Amino acid sequence: MRKERSMSETRRMGDILSYATLGIMSILWIFPIIVIILHSFKVENGAYYKNIIPTNWTIDNYTRLLRIGMSDLEKEQAYAQFDKWFLNTLFVAVIVCLISTFFVLAVSYTMSRLRFKMRRTFMNVALILGMFPGFMSMIATYMILKALGLEQTLTALILVYSGGTGLGFYVAKGFFDTIPKAIDEAAWIDGATKFQVFTKITMPLSKPIIVYTVLQSFSGPWMDFIFVNYVMGTKKEKYTVALGLYRMIDTAHIGEYYNQFCAGAVLVSIPLAALFVAMQKYYSEGLSGAVKG
Amino acid sequence: MIVSSVSASGTSLPRRKVDFDCNVFSVIAQIFACGDIFTKLSFLIFGLSNLVRGQIIKGLIFLGTEVAFFVYLFKGFGAFCGVKDLKGLVTLGEVEPIQEKVLDPISGMEVIQTIPGDDSSKFLLYGVVSMLIIAAFILLWKANVKSAYIAQYAVERGKKPVSIFRDITALFDKNLHNTLLFFPLVGILAFTITPLIYMILAAFTNFDKNHNGINATFDWVGLKNFGEVLGRGGTYGTTFWRILGWTIIWAIFATFLCYIGGMLLAMLINRRGLKFKSLWRTVFVMSVAVPQFVTLLTMRTFIEQNGTLDTFLRSLKILGKTETLGLLDTPLNARISVILVNCWVGIPYTMLIMTGILMNIPADLYESAKIDGATKYVMFFKITLPYMIFVTTPHLIQQFIGNINNFNVIYLLTGGGPSLDPTMYQSGSTDLLVTWLYKITLEKSDYCFASAIGICVFIICATLSLITYRRSGSYKNEEEFQ
Repeated sequence: MRKERSMSETRRMGDILSYATLGIMSILWIFPIIVIILHSFKVENGAYYKNIIPTNWTIDNYTRLLRIGMSDLEKEQAYAQFDKWFLNTLFVAVIVCLISTFFVLAVSYTMSRLRFKMRRTFMNVALILGMFPGFMSMIATYMILKALGLEQTLTALILVYSGGTGLGFYVAKGFFDTIPKAIDEAAWIDGATKFQVFTKITMPLSKPIIVYTVLQSFSGPWMDFIFVNYVMGTKKEKYTVALGLYRMIDTAHIGEYYNQFCAGAVLVSIPLAALFVAMQKYYSEGLSGAVKG
Repeated sequence: MIVSSVSASGTSLPRRKVDFDCNVFSVIAQIFACGDIFTKLSFLIFGLSNLVRGQIIKGLIFLGTEVAFFVYLFKGFGAFCGVKDLKGLVTLGEVEPIQEKVLDPISGMEVIQTIPGDDSSKFLLYGVVSMLIIAAFILLWKANVKSAYIAQYAVERGKKPVSIFRDITALFDKNLHNTLLFFPLVGILAFTITPLIYMILAAFTNFDKNHNGINATFDWVGLKNFGEVLGRGGTYGTTFWRILGWTIIWAIFATFLCYIGGMLLAMLINRRGLKFKSLWRTVFVMSVAVPQFVTLLTMRTFIEQNGTLDTFLRSLKILGKTETLGLLDTPLNARISVILVNCWVGIPYTMLIMTGILMNIPADLYESAKIDGATKYVMFFKITLPYMIFVTTPHLIQQFIGNINNFNVIYLLTGGGPSLDPTMYQSGSTDLLVTWLYKITLEKSDYCFASAIGICVFIICATLSLITYRRSGSYKNEEEFQ
């Protein structure tokens, strides 16, 4: 009897401790995000503001960022051209998404289901290529783009972001590996070609991994600021949102544009966070396999 | 690539004299031995055997590509010309740019005019492209030889050689891999492999700020750059080893703190009887879902000197008017700060992964342990921990390599600073090898050294991961679940 009571007491102590820890940790983790949201509505300019909660509220930061209600001249002069950056990024992301989804699915299906001589070699080479630091080849890539006459264009970004994506086939391959081979074999016996098996049987079974790949490749261009920084240089009407936001709080601009940076961060984070949550769902569905039972 | 598929598309013939499963050289030797005059001539004139035996379109494709290749090699298409480019790859340009004083006809003053010389960087690029084209040509030659023999063999057996339509259908059935891989491979070749070969080769030249092809040509220097980067003493050498040391310390702390923190957090949330599980999880997922560059840039404005945190503490009178926490000001503070911020970024992510794994631990393990009278701590150290470590080792290695190359956290948070030590070439106390590489590339334009460092990073990561990947079950038992 006594032992049981002490057990329940330790249990309650443990409960209190875990709620307290979780509470403190949640505050630590959520705090910067809350501050960004609050500061995106503040009136006073400048990065360093003594209050966490602004005393005066406004939505000007958003309208100025998106250049709403500005004359053409003002639009030209504003450093932050977020509306343009947003459309640039969207355009690049949609096309990259189409190309690289095809690349990833094609390569991963091939590696998972088809057997040919160079398969193992290809997979090992892909592994090795992935181990070089990403932007080591940035200069050379830029030279290739220059040789093609594409410097400072969005086409350059599309080519670079989608070009090598065929190497990122591991997750999708893992998914295709879980589809039983017997299904393919049954279709072959019925006279289907391998291409028909790919389009008519495997693809309809693979919705989670297709959605995952689509979301993954769509969100890539929104995050990169290194390569786009190198390709675009000072041509700010061709920036993407990540680079634009990064530039808005460098030492030359942070005083004037900090509030607008916060507003931009909020605007970018909402869709991307939604994408991420969706991706998580499909990722775990993808991991749990295609055909149940 | 497509062409090679065409060649191998013969229908299932009865036993051939040539065994195609042997290695490439032996197959070609066997074909030469068994081939008739047309097949033998096909070694030189592409597609001849196919043409003679009625595979007109296929033969013409082979022949046409051969002609195109030799035109490229000797005459050239536009700026590309095989022989010239290969020679350029060896010499890397010989004409140095010349500066001379010219009398400007309008102003009547002397101005310095530069007559451009050979742009070595272009020579190197075109050289790499020509090597790839030649490699493709060799593959085509192999395909052509095989195709020539298959056509000859079909005729010898009294059959009609396969028609082009059969070849095309095979591309969607038996040779589907060629069709599906074609475009992805072109992309990888153009935007991953070519630039990579270029930069690897650049590591063996003196392609730096004083020899960039515009102000002077650069040349092959062998292993000199590696000597400079790895050897102690030189500007690069001293810095390299110190940065490597910090990179490894950083990778160890960043990886294991996130791992342990993430596991504890996952266990805390999974605790039996805890309420609002999904609420807690959402809070942490939120901070992962916000793009990394946003959270990191925010963190920087938070903790930097006179940042939000300093200002806040001053308004609470905890700090004096001009005092600062100096979280990024001294090397030690900055290093601790980046590790802690990395935990902030990484722990929720690890938590997400761990939650799934924790739920998969078979419950009967715990039940039988309980019956045997095991305490919670025993269960944690004897069941939970070993299971987690077993399942997550590949993930751990991946994280470790990811942290060696963790550009974003360092670059966005401190930019590598504080750079107080003048003996550290172009770097500060929190610089990792990758951020250093980036700075050398962008600020100093010493491309050859940057490439040499990149290759060193590659060797470190490759060694680490090859050892572990090859041991992991998913590599060995790839078809276990099929």
